[in-house]
Amino acid sequence: MFPSKFDYVAARSVDEAIAAKADGDDVRFLAGGQSLLPMMKTRLATPAKLVDINPIPGLDTLERSNGTLRVGALVRHADLARSDLTFGAVASAAPWISDPLVRNRGTLCGSVSHCDPEGDWNSVLLATGADVVARGRNGERVVPITDFVTGVFTNSLADDEMVTEVRIHVPAGNAGGSYQKLERKVGDYATVAVAAHLELAGDGTISRAGLALTAVAPINTKVTAAEALLTGEAPSDDLFAEAGELAAQASEPRSDVRGSAEWKRNVVRVFTRRALGAAAAEARAPTKG
Amino acid sequence: MEVTVTVNGTDYTHDVEPRLLLVDHVRTNVGLTGTHIGCDTTSCGACTVLLDGVPVKACTVLAVQADGCAVTTVEGLGADGSHPVQAAFKEEHGLQCGFCTPGMMLVATALLEENPDPTDDDVRWAISGNLCRCTGYMNIVKAIRAAASATAPVG
Repeated sequence: MFPSKFDYVAARSVDEAIAAKADGDDVRFLAGGQSLLPMMKTRLATPAKLVDINPIPGLDTLERSNGTLRVGALVRHADLARSDLTFGAVASAAPWISDPLVRNRGTLCGSVSHCDPEGDWNSVLLATGADVVARGRNGERVVPITDFVTGVFTNSLADDEMVTEVRIHVPAGNAGGSYQKLERKVGDYATVAVAAHLELAGDGTISRAGLALTAVAPINTKVTAAEALLTGEAPSDDLFAEAGELAAQASEPRSDVRGSAEWKRNVVRVFTRRALGAAAAEARAPTKG
Repeated sequence: MEVTVTVNGTDYTHDVEPRLLLVDHVRTNVGLTGTHIGCDTTSCGACTVLLDGVPVKACTVLAVQADGCAVTTVEGLGADGSHPVQAAFKEEHGLQCGFCTPGMMLVATALLEENPDPTDDDVRWAISGNLCRCTGYMNIVKAIRAAASATAPVG
């Protein structure tokens, strides 16, 4: 299978990439290409031009400093799965992105920009907290992930803007996170997945909670009702079960080959409880390194 | 576009359309048909090659993206089948129909490069992006473990 014809530009700098993107209609950036190229082969996407950002030096930065994990536009899923710099739900999710070969090529920033509601990273970022750095002809802006994901395959980037990095918020105190993913087989999309993030205050109560769902709504869903319920409370199985109920209520799964809506809603309920339990256990564990 | 790809140590320069996939470039232009096309949808891993040493699905990389890169295909392991991974697949019956075998062997080679002494779990994890339609996974895992033993540093 071949994609339909397109022009190809190998960009050597971010400025060159942005200029190439702005020069023409229906131009797409190409990073890992693990979603875009399959869509082009099946003609779900037929861009007129691809701007390949792979040759751009410096975009593979993976760095943790000043409360931020900086993930450059060319950091591959495999880099994250291998890295000691990751934490919580980010570290938990990385090995579960697609399969090892796709992880060698696909990027976090590409996945985030793609905004597939069955994609894993946006749930992880919605739960953990992150900003997307976008650069366009008029300079750079920093977009909170909650404002970035706007719909199915839709983000809030302007036409000329490129995601140069994602900045994930690194919690200062006791914190933990988990990504619980159910998939039929390695490489399949999630049937259901839940991302959880918890930060604990000195007295052991939850000072910040993040919870988000994958593949059970038209968009990765941040469960704000459950986050509000959890905040200020002491972690407990009953509390997490209650949060699971709220998550199940917030989900809008559809029956498909992967299972019935009712069954998926129940998986949300159970996986939310498990993800929060794992997050709390990590947050209580003695600090590593 | 003109691209130069070093395949198994030899430079090949061709004029290609941007939409040409790396797997088709390797099979049709370079003429090495050991790299198979299975699902053609990024699922099965039959088209696995090493791109600058890293296993990737060659049906999901453009040939133009490999310009200036080194590609290793199954033919690059050893023309006479004497590479330790090839020998172990033969010895342990690590193949039935053989369709997935080139991809499996390249993934195994990359795994052993990174982890010379993998456990069964490590091996299963590493090959989890490669499908065997004969479901001969047991012997594939055995073969990769055997290759690890054969290549383990002495002492």
